[in-house]
Amino acid sequence: MTDGMEMFPLIQRLDEEGNLIGDLGVLSLADLKETYATMRFLRTFDERAWNLQRQGVIGTYAPFKGQEAAQMGAVAALEDTDWLVPTYRDWAASYLRGVPLEHGLFFSKGHPSLGDIPAGKRVLPAQVVIAAQTLHGVGVAWATKLRHEKVATVVTFGDGATSQGDFHEAMNFASVLAVPLIFFCENNQWAISVPLARQMHAETIAQRSIAYGIEGFRVDGNDYVAVANLMHELSERVRNGEGPFLVEALTYRLGAHTTADDPGKYRAIEEEDLWIRRDPLVRLERWLRAQGQLSDEDLAAIDADSERKVEEIIAGFREALDISPLVLFDSVYATLPSTLASQRAQFEARVKEVGA
Amino acid sequence: MPDMAKLTIAQALNQALEAALMEDSAVVILGEDVGKDGGVFRITDGLFEKFGGDRVIDTPLAESGIVGTSVGLAMAGMKPVAEIQFFGFIYETMDQIASQAARVRFRSLGRYSAPMVIRAPFGGGVKAPEIHSDSLEALFTHTPGIKVVVPSNPYDAKGLLLSAIDDPDPVLFLEPMRLYRAFRDEVPEEAYRVPLGKASVVREGTDVTLIGWGPSMALVLAAADELVAQYDIAPEVVDLRTLTPLDEETIVTSVQKTQRAVVVHEAVRTSGFGGEIAALIQEKAFLYLEAPVLRVTGYDTPYPMTMFEDLWLPDTSQVVTAALSSVRF
Ligand SMILES: Cc1ncc(C[n+]2csc(CCOP(=O)(O)OP(=O)(O)O)c2C)c(N)n1
Ligand SMILES: [Mg+2]
Repeated sequence: MTDGMEMFPLIQRLDEEGNLIGDLGVLSLADLKETYATMRFLRTFDERAWNLQRQGVIGTYAPFKGQEAAQMGAVAALEDTDWLVPTYRDWAASYLRGVPLEHGLFFSKGHPSLGDIPAGKRVLPAQVVIAAQTLHGVGVAWATKLRHEKVATVVTFGDGATSQGDFHEAMNFASVLAVPLIFFCENNQWAISVPLARQMHAETIAQRSIAYGIEGFRVDGNDYVAVANLMHELSERVRNGEGPFLVEALTYRLGAHTTADDPGKYRAIEEEDLWIRRDPLVRLERWLRAQGQLSDEDLAAIDADSERKVEEIIAGFREALDISPLVLFDSVYATLPSTLASQRAQFEARVKEVGA
Repeated sequence: MPDMAKLTIAQALNQALEAALMEDSAVVILGEDVGKDGGVFRITDGLFEKFGGDRVIDTPLAESGIVGTSVGLAMAGMKPVAEIQFFGFIYETMDQIASQAARVRFRSLGRYSAPMVIRAPFGGGVKAPEIHSDSLEALFTHTPGIKVVVPSNPYDAKGLLLSAIDDPDPVLFLEPMRLYRAFRDEVPEEAYRVPLGKASVVREGTDVTLIGWGPSMALVLAAADELVAQYDIAPEVVDLRTLTPLDEETIVTSVQKTQRAVVVHEAVRTSGFGGEIAALIQEKAFLYLEAPVLRVTGYDTPYPMTMFEDLWLPDTSQVVTAALSSVRF
């Protein structure tokens, strides 16, 4: 049996205690201060979104709590011309690529604008169908290659997604066509109630790269310094014509799968406790404090700022609720066929009647 | 008097699965999160604990894998009952259902068969994300070789599921998720069967036949009450229960009596199963008809973002309006 752990040792730069192993690489102290503030803001948002579901303001929400460093690191090296191809849990990654966090709330509300990515941002709408986007990632990267753009594409997916045929087809296409793509697996170790050991027989996801003849990496996904540095290196390499690459970011879903899920049914509190200690925020905070770069007053200021920004997001979300249901008919085809136009008219009459 | 209990559809299905696992050691349940978690809708709750991980199996996350391996299991003598977490993810399995499961018997002139059940929660109204609420039954009524069964109440749910598991052919079993816990019915404790291929006349009437299945039955029945109470119209209500094979006789007999028909489904209108029923009625009862057969359906858009699903879905008032315009035609 292949010893995946030995072949793909975990890349780490900032350990659980907040000790730096080696140096910061391409990052600076200022980067990390900013990253920490953003991460803390994203955590605030995520927790608020959970509460908004509980209050009935939005529907089912998939929290990213615990995966902030993986998601932020995944996109840390991307430029405006690079592409991100995300899933339903990737609001932190998408936010850093220019998708407002309102979209996370839209998605859970079932608001028509959930996939209306701001013009010019190279991010695809959040994918619901597990692993479907891995093939889209290949196609996007292939297009940039055919057009001779010097562009990196990152496609994100979960550990469960690696069981789908689409993922394996994507890995094979990508490697055969040598596309400039980074497969970025957020291995949070659970696919709803199914643990990774039940999802696959191999030890690591990184070792899947061997079968496709590409380079694979296993990185501590709760260590922003490690993930960001690795992604800087790999995105530079794909822009220069190398790739594809597979990155397994080892992380943990600290929350439930979604607001509709109860992890108490299938996983042990001890495991959750272990990963609470590995929280990506905690180690960054420890390190910054040890450098004398973060005080209690700084934290209070970050929190106040985060609260204010989250309130703004919610206010923006509430304002956007005033949208006509008729939009449902306007993006089915480029031009509305006459048969659908008459259905639209019936729908319009119904909307008036119900007073929506 | 047999033992009865008031059960929801979810509980009735759970009882049926438990009975099937007890009755026949060839029965296995497989799917995503069906084991420890008991399924995301808890339909397999407690079965993993009772029957163990060899009979109630959490599979890797791959729908084509679930159905494809079920075909192999079935051809080799097992009785797989596969769960697809939400019916929309059936697209992932289209090849293994339509070009494989449905053709095993035909391809081998009956030497092999694939007796298996594919269960899936379906229908809208629960504010689920994209792809979770689509009504795609017509894809499968258009696929010879597979049966399509759609219960609408706890009693039928249990009896039909047990018949589906007994059946020598593959059966797609669609469970209206909006109704899983919406109401309770008397359900016998024992493992009774409700035959496949038989519609049920749930309310007798003389003025117009209302035809539905699965989640639509809730609004059809509400509309029927309203027609009686407010308009003095006596509708006959037919719950198809099985779409393939279709109980043509019950439909035709009813329409010959009432001379009018309204078909209701959540699925999009064009090429929906309602069109098939309308065609059947005009072929077999043309001279009895006093009004065109009307359809109350979803619109020809993808299932809407859920903020607007209640507006998009057919509702009781639309069924009442259609019935009135049929009667007043
Ligand atoms: C094709 C498909 N099958 C099933 C589902 C239902 N589902 C949603 S998320 C999920 C688990 C995904 O696990 P993973 O890939 O590890 O991502 P995570 O949710 O952990 O981020 C499942 C089974 C789906 N969305 N798409
Ligand atoms: Mg996962």
